[in-house]
Amino acid sequence: MSAHAAAVHEASHGGSNHLFLSVWVGLVAITMGEVYIAYLEFPAVTMLLMLIGLSILKAGLIMAYFMHLRFEKLGLFLTLIPATIFCVGMMTVIFPDSLRLLQIRLMP
Amino acid sequence: MTETHSEVAAGAWSGGGSPYAIGHKKLGMWLFIMSDVMTFTALLMAYSYSRLANPDWPRHVFPIWPAIAFSTTMTVVLLASSLTMVMAVAAAHRGARETAVKWLLATMAGGLIFCGLHITEWLHLIDENLRLFSNDWGSPLFGATFFGITGLHMTHVLCGVIYLGVIAYGYGTSRFDGEDVEVSGLYWHFVDLVWMFVFPMIYLMSVKYK
Repeated sequence: MSAHAAAVHEASHGGSNHLFLSVWVGLVAITMGEVYIAYLEFPAVTMLLMLIGLSILKAGLIMAYFMHLRFEKLGLFLTLIPATIFCVGMMTVIFPDSLRLLQIRLMP
Repeated sequence: MTETHSEVAAGAWSGGGSPYAIGHKKLGMWLFIMSDVMTFTALLMAYSYSRLANPDWPRHVFPIWPAIAFSTTMTVVLLASSLTMVMAVAAAHRGARETAVKWLLATMAGGLIFCGLHITEWLHLIDENLRLFSNDWGSPLFGATFFGITGLHMTHVLCGVIYLGVIAYGYGTSRFDGEDVEVSGLYWHFVDLVWMFVFPMIYLMSVKYK
């Protein structure tokens, strides 16, 4: 490893095995919670919001701890995450059209 | 390159800077991951669009056995493989090559178990006449989106297993360094992360109630 690579590798590490094990237990617990929620027969929108909310929480834990994003410089987070959230959000503009299509198909 | 990181950062205007204080391989992997996030997001959006727009979409088709039991087990296996990957990266950081290779092999085993369970789950569904372009439950788009999304994810897992195999061999023979192990770990955790959205959106939103 070059001196530069060694220096940045050293600087970017953090967390202990105990911390990572705790995060893993948390992720498994949230997964079991999701399976339980799936059988509660909530309306579809409520169910979707709850499951996606928990999935975002799990994704956050994985990125923050397993992918070490929490231990990197804030600039990396600010470069990657807000732009991704914006792009994902922009994709939701298609949904009003899916509802329009549903109404057309339900017409007698 | 012989300069330390702080020396390089001090000379950022000369083109040698590292504004994120990470190596170029790691930054490259992060950028790849963000582009792949867009791919999977587009597929999941297409799935949700089709589900919403089709009145005959199969909405409650996955029974607790085998579909939900298998997919939940697959989720736990993938999460466990992420933990073994973290251990591999930690061992590589300490310079414990043999230990890191063992954890990498454990991670690969997790990936292969995931694929085995997934293919078994696919065979259950194929037995129930779920095909790529047809099924007995409703809109034929269900099969196309189901196999498209889960198939692309399984391809990522298989590519990850091969990638980790190359890294394990290279790291074990001192051809690669700890940064290479860490970068391969980023990819593996991303594959895990994607499944955290595929599992609830494809399986849990379509559970069959008693």
